[in-house]
Amino acid sequence: MQRTISFTLNGKPTRVTVDDQRMLLWVLRSDLGLTGTKFGCGAALCGACTVVVDKEAVRSCSTPVKEVAGKRVLTIEGLSQEGRLHAIQEAFLKHHGSQCGYCTPGMIMNAYALLQKTPRPTRAQIIQHMDDNLCRCGSHHRILNAIQEAAGTMKGGAQ
Amino acid sequence: MTRDDSNSRGSMGNGGSGEGGVSESPPRDLSRRQFLALAGSGLFVFFPTDPLDAFQEPERLPARQGYPTDFNAYLRVGPDSRVTCFVGKVELGQGAMTSLAQLLAEELDVALDSVDMVMGDTDLCPWDMGTFGSLSIRQFGPVLRGAGAEARAVLLEMAAEQLQAPAGRLQVTAGVVTDPSAPGKRVTYAQLVQGKRIERRLEKAPVKPVSAFSVVGQSPRRKDALEKVTGKARYAGDFAVPGMLHARVLRPPAHGATLRDLDTAAAEKVDGARVVRDGDLVAVLHERPDLADKALRLVKARFDPPQPSVDDKTIFNHLLKTAPQPRLVGESGSLAEGEKLAANIVEETYLNSYVAHAALETHSATATIEGGKATVWASTQTPFPVKQQVAQALGFTPQNVRIITPYVGGGFGGKSASRQAVEAARLAKLTCKPVQVVFHRDEEFFYDTFRPAAVVKIRAALTGAGKMVLWDYKVYGAGDREARLFYDVPHQRTVSAGGWQGGNPPGMHPFGVGPWRAPSVNTNTFARESHIDILAARAGADPVEFRLGHLSDQRMRRVLEAAARQFGWKPARAPSGRGLGVALGIYAGTYVATMAEVAVNKSTGRVQVIRVVCAQDEGVVVNPDGSRQQMEGSITMGLGYALAEEVRFKNGEVLDRNFDTYEIPRFSWLPKIETILIENPETAALGCGEPPIVTMGAVVANAIHDAVGARLRQLPMTPARIQTALKRA
Ligand code: FES
Ligand code: FES
Repeated sequence: MQRTISFTLNGKPTRVTVDDQRMLLWVLRSDLGLTGTKFGCGAALCGACTVVVDKEAVRSCSTPVKEVAGKRVLTIEGLSQEGRLHAIQEAFLKHHGSQCGYCTPGMIMNAYALLQKTPRPTRAQIIQHMDDNLCRCGSHHRILNAIQEAAGTMKGGAQ
Repeated sequence: MTRDDSNSRGSMGNGGSGEGGVSESPPRDLSRRQFLALAGSGLFVFFPTDPLDAFQEPERLPARQGYPTDFNAYLRVGPDSRVTCFVGKVELGQGAMTSLAQLLAEELDVALDSVDMVMGDTDLCPWDMGTFGSLSIRQFGPVLRGAGAEARAVLLEMAAEQLQAPAGRLQVTAGVVTDPSAPGKRVTYAQLVQGKRIERRLEKAPVKPVSAFSVVGQSPRRKDALEKVTGKARYAGDFAVPGMLHARVLRPPAHGATLRDLDTAAAEKVDGARVVRDGDLVAVLHERPDLADKALRLVKARFDPPQPSVDDKTIFNHLLKTAPQPRLVGESGSLAEGEKLAANIVEETYLNSYVAHAALETHSATATIEGGKATVWASTQTPFPVKQQVAQALGFTPQNVRIITPYVGGGFGGKSASRQAVEAARLAKLTCKPVQVVFHRDEEFFYDTFRPAAVVKIRAALTGAGKMVLWDYKVYGAGDREARLFYDVPHQRTVSAGGWQGGNPPGMHPFGVGPWRAPSVNTNTFARESHIDILAARAGADPVEFRLGHLSDQRMRRVLEAAARQFGWKPARAPSGRGLGVALGIYAGTYVATMAEVAVNKSTGRVQVIRVVCAQDEGVVVNPDGSRQQMEGSITMGLGYALAEEVRFKNGEVLDRNFDTYEIPRFSWLPKIETILIENPETAALGCGEPPIVTMGAVVANAIHDAVGARLRQLPMTPARIQTALKRA
């Protein structure tokens, strides 16, 4: 059904008038031009499309846009504030968390959701939380190290 | 120059038009803007003619096959002292954007941060065959270093004239030339080239000796890192040109199926949808990608199925039956003589399945045609060959096709074939609109050029004293790379029949095959190193000592000894119950020794790899941390083909279509990984991104055998196969 959906996108009030069954991923990428969120599988299997809705990591390829009505959506583009990188981004830089980088936005957003809820996760908790985010380049160790360090550097956990 | 600046330059180099906007300018405008940006910053001063001519005379840019000898093709110095480096290689994740910049910065004596990379743009970069085979550093590296060294020498000559000092006395640091015996005398590269046309060339400009390296051998932050962690890095599917349509192409259900009838009426009724048919190409286009997809699902198409053929179980007999006559790869001594000396013969057959590349980014392309010129942003490992293919498909001259390669989201050999670029260009021509094609995951599996399924047969023998004396090796379907034995065996022969490179009899491989990270070497290493372990066990010897007893290659001994030291290998005869394995390999001149520890759950057949130690000799190490990243990636990816990855198919239909049934390694699979880089300044820099993966099948197989006494001869070593092997053991 065509209707107007209002939500907060990276801190800004946003309205789109679209078929409300359409998946959030395509509305973000195509209608709103935010291409940082990636398409990898289209079936909630890879995590490349992960964004944060309110406090949850969500697979935008499988989330109808109507489900974010009235909610706060955060994408990779909205993570750094006033040109300052988020601690997770800084840690990815330092630990070389990206090779091809295609999984990176989804990894960072999923890690962000983890640290919101569990500011000091154990390595096992990180692995469990991140396990359904795929990386074909094998950057896994670097990503784990980055998340662990970010958790350690963020005051009182995630901001 | 701040890091931000350098990165926005980088993004231009990667085919973007710059800064953050949602939609792109049309390409002509884009190239004009790029051109103005480049020309305005004086980047063309090295060119002997007006900058404009550089674009108007494509033949001046090296479109011909072969690396140009004019160093101007690779680098330009701007009045702002920034150096732009042009290479036909692309950034797939392997870090070439950084390591190639290091090579140039080293030879030119400029700061690494001042180098901006322009990669894989066929209008701006010198010709290159493609980014594969660990060739970027090994083969192209010397070319780029040579260009940098010659440019530096020319600049020094110019500086000598300007400073009126002998060139030999001058020093260069970060692009500033000084005369140590006349403090205060200085001139920058930028000042030297500004407003001048330099046609000067030098016959011989030696590259630096390893001992003088200051940039090469360091591990700087990757040039692509900032864009990648902020979501600014753009891939071929991230370009949005005004008026662009997203295309979804109708695909057959199976290879060999033919379209019988087609009804597109319902799809055409979808608001904003367009249906295009051109021969075999049927596509639905829409301004929104998901709505194009929705409309495609309304297309009613009936296909005639192909003739029943092979499946993933019958493929191995099929390969043996259809393989061409084996070709001799290498031979020494005489097999007949070896048979005479044989006291203990071991004969085995090793199998591996088709494996997908499964890069996280699917094949993507965005194409526009304006003023008779096609521009295609493509996720490809081979922009220059793709340019030819697009030109041919459109009926354009190659000069009227430009391929721009932005960041590529993983390739591993799978983006050497770039069908999507041709499809996007054809559809752009048919619709007179910019068109984007992004494969869905099922198309990615369907059209992948898989690592070939293969059969290896080995007959080998020991003398009564436990020395290898005979080695008769036959590989079918995979290819002959690194098939030759590097162990000392007096009577040996290696033959190969068919492979990933094509030239196979029709139907031998029922779908596309191609290079897959270290092509044919994963297969050959799995078979060889498994067999060596069986022989070691027969000889009652520790697998490491047995290998050392047959190795006179000093580089190989050195990597093995380094890995054993780090691992803390204690000799024992397998199966020792410890779950430890070793495997050695060579790829493209790089040597690796890998050791692993595994735990096998006997009731489920599940394997957890606990620890991997890998020693690598890649000659001179350009970027140590970059090499380690690639080694870790190789080891992790290798767990996939070792334990889980196989493409199932039947009668031309690919049954694995997404990551639900096709499992790739994930965080919970990770072993502890320790990497060792051997110091070897005597050998020129070699590739680092592929070698360790070749050992992963065998090292895990050998460790499983050591753990539970079951020998796996087929990859992947799935829980079911392990359970079967356990019953036999
Ligand atoms: S694209 Fe959404 S999970 Fe893969
Ligand atoms: S860095 Fe390439 S998929 Fe993760």
